[in-house]
Amino acid sequence: MNDVPSIVVDQLVKRFGAFTAVNQVSFEIRSGEIFGLLGPNGSGKSTIIRMLCGLLTPSSGSATVVGFDVARQAEDVRRHIGYMSQKFSLYNDLTAIENLQFFAGLYGVKGRALDERIAWAIKMSGLAGSEQLLTGELSGGWKQRLALGCAVLHRPRVLFLDEPTAGVDPLSRRQFWELIHQMSREGVTILVTTHYMDEAEYCNRLALIDEGRIVEMGTPTEIKQTAVKGDLLLIECSPLGGGLAAIKQAPGVIDASVFGAALHVVVSAGRDPVTELPAFLAGHDVRVGRIEPISPSLEDAFVSLTGSRALSSEPPQ
Amino acid sequence: MFDRIWCMIVKEFLQLRRDKYARFRLIVPPILQMLIYGYAATFEVNRVQIAVMDFDHSQESRDLLSRFTFTGRFEVAKVLSNEHELKSLIGSSDIPMALKIEPGFAELLRKGQTAHLQVIVDGTNSNTALIAVGYVNQIANQFSQDYARDRLNQMMPALAATVPQISLEQRPWYNPDLNSQWFFVPGVIGSITLMMVVTLTAFAIVREREIGTLEQIMVTPIRPFELILGKTIPFFVVGLADVVLVAVVGTLWFQVPFRGNPLVLLLGVVLFLMSTLNVGLLISTLSSTQQQAFVLGFFFLNPAFTLSGFAFPITSMPKAMQMITYANPLRYFLVILRGTFLKGVGLGILWPQMLALALLTSVLLLASVARFHKSID
Repeated sequence: MNDVPSIVVDQLVKRFGAFTAVNQVSFEIRSGEIFGLLGPNGSGKSTIIRMLCGLLTPSSGSATVVGFDVARQAEDVRRHIGYMSQKFSLYNDLTAIENLQFFAGLYGVKGRALDERIAWAIKMSGLAGSEQLLTGELSGGWKQRLALGCAVLHRPRVLFLDEPTAGVDPLSRRQFWELIHQMSREGVTILVTTHYMDEAEYCNRLALIDEGRIVEMGTPTEIKQTAVKGDLLLIECSPLGGGLAAIKQAPGVIDASVFGAALHVVVSAGRDPVTELPAFLAGHDVRVGRIEPISPSLEDAFVSLTGSRALSSEPPQ
Repeated sequence: MFDRIWCMIVKEFLQLRRDKYARFRLIVPPILQMLIYGYAATFEVNRVQIAVMDFDHSQESRDLLSRFTFTGRFEVAKVLSNEHELKSLIGSSDIPMALKIEPGFAELLRKGQTAHLQVIVDGTNSNTALIAVGYVNQIANQFSQDYARDRLNQMMPALAATVPQISLEQRPWYNPDLNSQWFFVPGVIGSITLMMVVTLTAFAIVREREIGTLEQIMVTPIRPFELILGKTIPFFVVGLADVVLVAVVGTLWFQVPFRGNPLVLLLGVVLFLMSTLNVGLLISTLSSTQQQAFVLGFFFLNPAFTLSGFAFPITSMPKAMQMITYANPLRYFLVILRGTFLKGVGLGILWPQMLALALLTSVLLLASVARFHKSID
C-alpha cells in the first residue's frame, strides 16, 4: 500500500431529473486500499460506482481513476478497471470457459497471457473440471467467483464491486473476501459497495452513505468510536417495546433502539447506567434481564449517524 | 478493434448454436410462411359459389347460365325457385353471388330488345365482388355477341360476314398467365426477412440489457461502434441465410422465374438487411425490456407491410400515405425483388431503389447510434 491516490472523487453530483442521487461526494482512495461504500438500498452507492466506470455521466463535480478523468477519458479508464455488478452479468447459455474467453477477448488479453489468465481464473473460482458446464448451471458462489474472474482477466489496477455478495451463501462470501484481500495485497485498488455490516468490517476504510451524501468516513474502528457519542449498553428487557419507550425518558440516555431481541442504549459518559437503568425501568413495569456495556458495531454507528434508521432490516444469510 | 468485434460475433453464434428454439425459429417459420403465402395469398377469384334463379326456363336462359359453369370461375351451388331463400344464403356468407333471369328473357332477345341478367352480390369484400362481377360481365357480353351473330347468320348471312368486331389480345409482360404467386412469392421474401431481422436484432440487444451483460460489456474498452457491429453482423449473416433459404424454397416450389442478375439482387439484399438491422437497433435503444421491444416492433412491422406495396398498390393510396411509404425500406426492396425475379432488370433501372436504401440505412444508423449513446445514461 502506498500513498498515491488511485481514485480521486471531488464534489461529485448526479441528478436524475429533480432527484439528486449523489450529492457533493468527495473522497480519495489510495492504491491497494479496500474502500467500502456502506449505505441502505437507494442511497446512491451504485450511482457513484457507475459514474466512476463511465457508465453514467456526472452532473457536476469530477472524478479521476488512475489519473484519467471519468467523464472525458472514459475509454482510458475502462482499460484499467474491472467491474462486477450484483447481478453477476455473465451469459448463462455459455460455458464457464466461453464466458472467460469472451471477456478476455473484449479486454484484449491474448497469446500466452490469455491461457495463463484463464487457467488462473479457473483455479481461483474453483471451477477446475467444470469449465465445460453451462454458467446457468453453476451455484451462486461459483457464478460469483467466475464473474470476479471475468472482471480481472486483464489485471486491472482498480476493481469496482457493486454489492458483490448479494444472494451468496456465507462460506462463499468468506472465500470471496479472501480473494479480494489477496488482490489488494497485490496492489489492486478496490471500491466495494455493500449494505452488509459484517462485510464492511473487511474494508480498510469506509464511507457511510445516506441519501446521496457521505455522513462519515474513516476506518471501521474510527467510525464506530466517533459515531457513538457516549457509552453503549445492551439491555435485554420485557416487554421490549415498553422498555424502548420508557428508556428514552431515562436520565442520561442519548439514544436507544431495538437490535434483535434486545435494546442498544447510548448513555452519556461518566454515569453508572448498569445500576441506574434497571431501577428506572423497574419503575415503569419493565423487567430487565441482561445489561452490559458493549463496544459499538457499525450498525450502531450508522443508526446514530442517520437518526435511527436501520440499515438492513435483516441480517445477511 | 477487429479482435473485439470478432469476439462478439463468436459469442453470438455460440449462443445461437446452443439455443435450439432460436435455430427452429430461423428455419421453420420462414419456410412455413413462404408456403402459406404462396398458396393462400392470392387475388384471383375462382370457384365462386353461385345460386341461380331461372324464371324464364327457355333455351336462351339455360344457355346463358350454363356458360357460368364452363369457365371454372363459378360453381352453381344452388338452384332456387324463389327469392326467399336468397337473403339467408348471402347473409350467412354461404353463397356470395346469385344470378336471376326474369320471365320473358328469351322473348325480349328474340324481339331484338334488351334482356336483363340480374346479379346479386355480397359486397362485403368489395375487391372480390368487383372481380366476380367483372367475370359475369365478360360472360354476359360474350353471350350477347354470340347470340347476335347467330341471329344475323340465320336471317341475313351476307350481312353477318361484314359486321366488324374488336377482339382483345392480352399480352401481360413478365407474368403472361397473370399468376398471382409470381407476384407474391418475391414479396414474401422481403416481408419475412424484414420481420425476422428486425425482431431478432431488437430482442438480442434488449435481452443483454435485461440480464445486465450489456452493462458488463460497456465497462470493457469496447467502443460503441464495435459493440453495434459485433451485435449486428451475426444477424446480418443470419438474415442473408434466411433470404437464400426462403428464395430457394419460393423459386423451386412455386416455380417463380428468376430472370435478373443474382448480384444485383444480392446488392439489394445487403442494403435492405443493413436498413432492417438498423431498425432493430433503433427499437432496442428505445426499449428497456423485451416486452417493450415486442410492442414497438409490432407498431413498426404492421404499417411497414401495409405501406410497402406488398399487397396494396402504392399508387392507389392517398398522397399522404404515399409520402410515408418513402421511409419504408420494404417498399424499395419489393421493387428490387420483383424487378430481378420477374422483369430481369438491372442496376440501370433499380439504382434509385438501391440509393434510397443506402440513404435510409445511413439515417437510421445515425439515429440509432445517437440513441444508443443516450440509452446508456
